[in-house]
Amino acid sequence: MYQILEHQKIGQNIHKLVIKAPLIAREAKPGQFVILRSYENGERIPITICDKNPEVGSITLFIQEVGKSTAKIGSFKENDYILDVAGPLGKPAHIEKVGTVVTIGGGVGCAITYPETKAYKEAGNYVIGIMGFRNVSFKILEDEMKNICDELYITTDDGSYGQKGFVSDKLKELIKEGRKIDEVLVIGPAIMMKVVSDITKEYGIKTIASLNSIMVDGTGMCGACRVEVGGKTKFACVDGPEFDAHQVDFSLLMKRLSMYKDEEKLSYEKYINER
Amino acid sequence: MAKNKERIDMPRQEIATRIKNFEEVALGYTEEMALMEAERCLNCKDPLCVKGCPVNVKIPEFIKLINEKKYFDALKKIKETNSLPAVCGRVCPQEEQCEAACILSKAKKPVAIGRLERYVADWVSNMGIQENIPEIKKNNIKVAVIGSGPGGLTCAADLALMGYDVTIFEALHKAGGVLVYGIPEFRLPKKIVEREVEYLKKLGVEIKTNVVVGKSITLKNLFDDGYKAIYLGLGAGLPKFMNLKGENLLNIYSANEYLTRTNLMKAYRFPEYDTPIKKGKRVAVIGGGNVAMDAVRSALRYGASDAMIIYRRSRHELPAREEEIENAEAEGVKFHFLVNPLEFIGDENGFVKQIKLQKMELGEPDESGRRRPVPVEGSEFYLDVDVVVIAIGQTANPVLLDVTPEVKRNKWGNIEVYDDYGRTSMKGVFAGGDIVTGEATVIQAMGAGKKSAVGIDEYIKTGKWV
Repeated sequence: MYQILEHQKIGQNIHKLVIKAPLIAREAKPGQFVILRSYENGERIPITICDKNPEVGSITLFIQEVGKSTAKIGSFKENDYILDVAGPLGKPAHIEKVGTVVTIGGGVGCAITYPETKAYKEAGNYVIGIMGFRNVSFKILEDEMKNICDELYITTDDGSYGQKGFVSDKLKELIKEGRKIDEVLVIGPAIMMKVVSDITKEYGIKTIASLNSIMVDGTGMCGACRVEVGGKTKFACVDGPEFDAHQVDFSLLMKRLSMYKDEEKLSYEKYINER
Repeated sequence: MAKNKERIDMPRQEIATRIKNFEEVALGYTEEMALMEAERCLNCKDPLCVKGCPVNVKIPEFIKLINEKKYFDALKKIKETNSLPAVCGRVCPQEEQCEAACILSKAKKPVAIGRLERYVADWVSNMGIQENIPEIKKNNIKVAVIGSGPGGLTCAADLALMGYDVTIFEALHKAGGVLVYGIPEFRLPKKIVEREVEYLKKLGVEIKTNVVVGKSITLKNLFDDGYKAIYLGLGAGLPKFMNLKGENLLNIYSANEYLTRTNLMKAYRFPEYDTPIKKGKRVAVIGGGNVAMDAVRSALRYGASDAMIIYRRSRHELPAREEEIENAEAEGVKFHFLVNPLEFIGDENGFVKQIKLQKMELGEPDESGRRRPVPVEGSEFYLDVDVVVIAIGQTANPVLLDVTPEVKRNKWGNIEVYDDYGRTSMKGVFAGGDIVTGEATVIQAMGAGKKSAVGIDEYIKTGKWV
């Protein structure tokens, strides 16, 4: 049982949760995730670790309600308990000094670009952050990112905050301006990662993506999270979650992410109706 | 001399009913049946069955106690060497072990040792008898067991009985390993595993779930925390795929995923339980072992009109237990023998819709002694499917071992052990079960866990690490 120490609702459906998990807080590194099961009949879902506090023994997660499991977690209050939290899982991000790094986060993907941006900065890089949200009510971690980044840009799809448009528009602008970019990190919806990856591939800029596959155990046991990288099958949970974006088959990733969309809809509607 | 010559059949759920539910198929003997079967035992002076058992259950002695209707005493007799009788009575391949050695099997069918073992375990549980916890003299020495499968549970129980403070670390949210994620409810009800785990807790064993050793904590951390020895009962936890075109299409599962969704996550009760699974009408399971049988029989219960086994050799070479093959046949599973997949073909949305197969014929025997399947040129054909389960085995899961180079591995990625007790190349660390031998049986893992418990005790007492 893992106690929720803090629960803050952001906008319409994003939840910032600080959870007591001392072992995970001690070992977690940027880029890793936890598997979380909220209650007895719940499914196991992967959530990236945004932050940790080893002294308190806590980890911080951002969860966006997209279906029953995430809505259920969103309904928990401070001092409630999450039944199961296992981790930290996956390989930590490989971060070193390369020069200028652009970190791109889309929606709750920013929850994982944040610790990695911090690590890039600490490694001595010049860091440009780009954060994209559907609209202002989905905005998270702006102040935290502002404190780290040498430059920070925010885009919203509808222009309700920052620059109107997509993260990829901003990235293109930077490239067109002739900015020298040595590495790009992109984490967010699969389609966003694909678009960014296609752009950087054209310009030959090394790009890392963190893949948000469907998982069950999260320890390499089941293969639900299979992805194809450079034509080879990899398990996002143990071989990743981060891979060279230019080698990733994003179209397969998107298809596999949609595998249970009918079941997810049924489950969510049933939950909403019974709530 | 026994009066009753015929081995008593196991009562089972009716076929038409059982293929529509996930309840246990074998219903267990009645008392009358158990007594009749027990009477068949010749109570040999030099019982070969005991030698055939990897944990040397005192078989004639417990059967004699059944004859005397002392069922509780019979259970205690079994538990002297086997801490999981209700599990073993159900899933052990007795036909290759104790029952294969039974003297009766020369002339007729052997005593149904497994069924009798199950009978006494269930009798005690059904009567609500609380097993007395033996008096344990605690020595306050900490030992860690990694993995709560049958090997880990056995090792932990034996060490606890010797007085050690045992903590089991389990990566998943529930204890039991393959007994809870792998073996289906219809062969091994999960409440039986829970019962065995509860007994362990009564012995003082602590079970920490959600701890992924190698990620949440390292072996070095454990030694630093005061554990004097560690048993690695990691199991074989990395599914094999075939590296064929189209293998990552939607609705193609590893057997591990298909069974974990079903057994651990209870997808058969979706949407009451949140984890979904693709049910499918034409389900092809590739492979011929027990896991393949478990998967294909699950597919039937999910409502498949065609639940099919795809196997590259013939029925004679199927590695699954005969009983499981017979159950699958009786339930209407279709067997496609001497065929091998070449490619998976998907629809416009990426869901698998066909398998391209090739016919095989049997050639000369290979290293395993089984005749090698050889492709028949020009024999390719297509089979319509909507769900595929790949059940061709597993290899060692590297999560813990990749960060623990001190524990040496062989060329297959399994842990190298240096004696019968499962001593590894890292001081204080023992290993056993599938992570050492490759995929084997529940009872073999239990046997290894037992031996390592003895080895750990000796190591801690003498401090000697050869």
